[in-house]
Amino acid sequence: MAFESILFKTFKTSQTNGKLKMPGFFHDLNIDQIVDSLVGFKGEYNLREFFYIIPTDVEEIKYRQEIMKDLENKDVFSVIDEFAMKMRKSRLYKSYSDKLTLNYQKERWFVDAVDVYVKAVKELLERLENVDLKSQGLIQFREYLESYVNSNKFMELFSQTQEVLSKLSRIKYTLLIKENKVKVQKYNGEKDYASEVLKTFERFKQGAVKDYTVEFDESMDMNGVEEKVLDLVAKLYKEEFSDLERFYGVNAFYIDKTISRFDREIQFYVTYLEYIKPLKKDGLNFCYPEFTTSKEIYAKDTFDLALTFKLHREGLRVVNNDFYLNDPERIIVITGPNQGGKTTFARMFGQVHYLAKMGYPIPASEARLFLFDNIFTHFEKEEKIGNLRGKLEDDLIRIRNILDKASKDSIIIMNEIFSSTTLEDANFLAKKVMEEIMKKDSIALLVTFMYELSELNEKTVSMVSTVSETNPEMRTYKILRRPSNGLSYAVSLAKKYGLTYEQLKKRVKDESFSDVRR
Amino acid sequence: MKVFLMYEDKDFDLQGKMPQWKEVVQDLELNVLFDTMAKEDDFFREVSEAAILSPLFDVKSILYRQEILKDCLANPSLIKEMYDISLESFDVKKNTFFGFFSRYPIGMLDSSVRAMTMLVKTLKKLRNIADEKSGKFHSKGFKRFFNMIKNELSDEYFEEVEKHLETLEFKNGILISADLGMGNKGVNYTLRKPNEEKKRWISKIFSKREEEFTFRIAERDQNGAKALSNLKERGINSVANALTQSVDHILSFFTVLKTELAFYLAAMNLYDSLKRLEEPLSFPIPHGIGTSMHEFKCLYDPSLALTLNKKVVGNDLDANGKNLFVITGANRGGKSTFLRSVGIAQLMMQSGVFVPAQHFSSSISKKLFTHYGREEDEKMESGKFDEELRRMNKIATDLVPHSTVLFNESFSSTNEIEGSEIAKEVVLALKEKDVEVFFVTHMYEFAHSMYEKHFDDAIFLVAERLEDGKRTFKIKEGKPLKTSFGIDLYERLFKK
Repeated sequence: MAFESILFKTFKTSQTNGKLKMPGFFHDLNIDQIVDSLVGFKGEYNLREFFYIIPTDVEEIKYRQEIMKDLENKDVFSVIDEFAMKMRKSRLYKSYSDKLTLNYQKERWFVDAVDVYVKAVKELLERLENVDLKSQGLIQFREYLESYVNSNKFMELFSQTQEVLSKLSRIKYTLLIKENKVKVQKYNGEKDYASEVLKTFERFKQGAVKDYTVEFDESMDMNGVEEKVLDLVAKLYKEEFSDLERFYGVNAFYIDKTISRFDREIQFYVTYLEYIKPLKKDGLNFCYPEFTTSKEIYAKDTFDLALTFKLHREGLRVVNNDFYLNDPERIIVITGPNQGGKTTFARMFGQVHYLAKMGYPIPASEARLFLFDNIFTHFEKEEKIGNLRGKLEDDLIRIRNILDKASKDSIIIMNEIFSSTTLEDANFLAKKVMEEIMKKDSIALLVTFMYELSELNEKTVSMVSTVSETNPEMRTYKILRRPSNGLSYAVSLAKKYGLTYEQLKKRVKDESFSDVRR
Repeated sequence: MKVFLMYEDKDFDLQGKMPQWKEVVQDLELNVLFDTMAKEDDFFREVSEAAILSPLFDVKSILYRQEILKDCLANPSLIKEMYDISLESFDVKKNTFFGFFSRYPIGMLDSSVRAMTMLVKTLKKLRNIADEKSGKFHSKGFKRFFNMIKNELSDEYFEEVEKHLETLEFKNGILISADLGMGNKGVNYTLRKPNEEKKRWISKIFSKREEEFTFRIAERDQNGAKALSNLKERGINSVANALTQSVDHILSFFTVLKTELAFYLAAMNLYDSLKRLEEPLSFPIPHGIGTSMHEFKCLYDPSLALTLNKKVVGNDLDANGKNLFVITGANRGGKSTFLRSVGIAQLMMQSGVFVPAQHFSSSISKKLFTHYGREEDEKMESGKFDEELRRMNKIATDLVPHSTVLFNESFSSTNEIEGSEIAKEVVLALKEKDVEVFFVTHMYEFAHSMYEKHFDDAIFLVAERLEDGKRTFKIKEGKPLKTSFGIDLYERLFKK
């Protein structure tokens, strides 16, 4: 099968054409932040739509994983990176050419653009032949590239470009400027004067001195005098310039379509590798997950990618967490003190599943994940609706929607549901919702303050955000699989502030009690 | 062209001071010395401090400076003249606005041409001195210096320079070559020297006339004029850089000359001041590192002499082979003064100048440190004893074998038993590591225990006190004594 796309094993042009919408779970899971960064790094490639197409076939995912693994090889990455840089350069020169009106400049920028392109392509092939590729995608691309480079069309373009440019590069002329007069001539072996001056004064050399060379504003535009000079140089070198004119006339569309598509699509991989590179340097692990059709999933040393990226920029580190489900467990219920990393854990859980399906290495040291069909999220919305009933109703409608759409293969993530109603109501409703989820047998994660939910039955798993044993005010951001009693944290805090039963009893009697921090 | 009057093979570095020099300056009261050397010239002071506080480590370098200083002492007015010449170069800077560069090579070139024209005159003055007076100098350093001036600044050379300065006025226009770069924009603008007229004349006859095209910028075309001058700027960019850098080099040559001569002039100031007090001065005899040489006659503390403005008591000692000096005895008996004189003489020797003694011969020390009991810390961040240990810790991080440490009443801010114990452990450790130790102390427990060890390379000194209790301020060899004679002082101050 001929190579078509580095992103899709089975390439359908329709896949990237339509107006795609952002999946609903992106915002709640902060995947939109990750994608913004990934797209933002590579603005000109317009990568956004690629993140909205989630592969369904495990073969498609493996196609990407293989390519990604190849790109993790530093040699392969640098080949691709170099190529991308040159393609950008070529496009830039082409844009100069398009904008200019004067022929000698317009035509020259065009040859310069073609020159960068043909060399980039040739070099890409040469260098890809010298690296060890394992992925089907890149191997097929290399085969395509080889036939393209060896085609008559390309070879002709290459040799013409070199001929025109080498002639132009041999041009050397002189300007004699006196008052307002400029004389243009061919260069006639006149000696370099600055080096003569330097030679004379060389004996005074003391140590390193400042460089006084003035940096000129190197805009690509020419001023009137430069244009006038170029006109006259063209008269001095007629043959060279008529070759240039001919070249421009013949080679209007020079970039191959498949190569152009490759150049864009490969950035989907490059941008992610660049995004996680500093995190890897911090010692964080990334791995390619296995996929399972059973629901016995696990991940070790995993973390919220969006948060970690942000923390890294602030010089901070993230705390790793693990999770696993053994049959018949399906629902993770997270309880524990606020600000303890519960929501972060919930987001992480969704992120790793999404990233895995995109074919990316995920933030974990090892993992086995379920090949879900969709992710549904329900996170407490920030805006407060004045009317509590309105709010509860709104929540219920949204949850109802999720439960209607979710299948046994879906992942459901809920964060602090029903927090705006009475505890009794919330308990009742949450239990009902969980029953529904259990009926479907979906995988779910629930963040809640209602710790009874964590011991509903054998399908639920309790995980708890923890605090430091010695200082209850210090969060560890570790979420551990352990039963929740909803008390230990509150008790220790109370003790600290002298508010336990025993303490309060004594304090009320003894006013001199002053050890307690208020 | 290198000055090389401080070192045989490198320029003097004003920044390279020894570790913990601030403590040394304070403890040895070096500021009195620096003030005398500076004679109110801030630059002299800066140079003196830098030189005294960056000791030399080999005999050869020390003798190299000693010889030069001897030449200076014999020709004071010529040294002053050369110093003044080096100062002139800084007027050049002022008069040509050199250094106030615009972003325009034309302006830069213009001020550099003017600066260079003036510097040539200054250099010629230096040549004159070399031509006429170099016979009066005998040191290796000055001989090399004057030979260099004669060789590098010949008449032919001055002619060559002047020709360049004329060419750079561009009376026949500016000739620039260029290539075509990206987008056919001119690149690699290079200033060219027009081919010789004669050759062109022949080629005009025998070969086809070179094709040439000319255009003019209209009188009122302001953009055109700007573009043209931009082209000129590009053309002369590298030559302006070349000439400006050359001016820089010459200026820095004069800066180095000025700096290095300033050191000798400052040393001459000190020499004169001490001579006036009729104090003895001599050039010391340095010995290699680790030779344990200590021998002197009439060694005195120049800071004390300069402060009191009179001749002070000097000490004699013959202690070759000794590495540990423990000094005990009467309070106000001259112990601290003695210790200072040892430290100052060592530093002066290792900076290549004369020493405050009739005779001084000593091994070179790798590093010199002072550890003095201090006045109570004003900030009181930590206890006094803690502070002492902290300072000692700092010294220890910089210590190497064959360093010298001068202790003055160290570790005495605690009780004597503890203090002695610490002092003992410190000193024994240093001794083991071949560090020379001078220790002034009134801690009898410490001094005595050192004495009892009967080290071959230890010597015990006491501040002399006559039978009648009078102090001579002389330090003599002697066993540590139990009392520090504080009672004497008390008697003198309170009972009489």
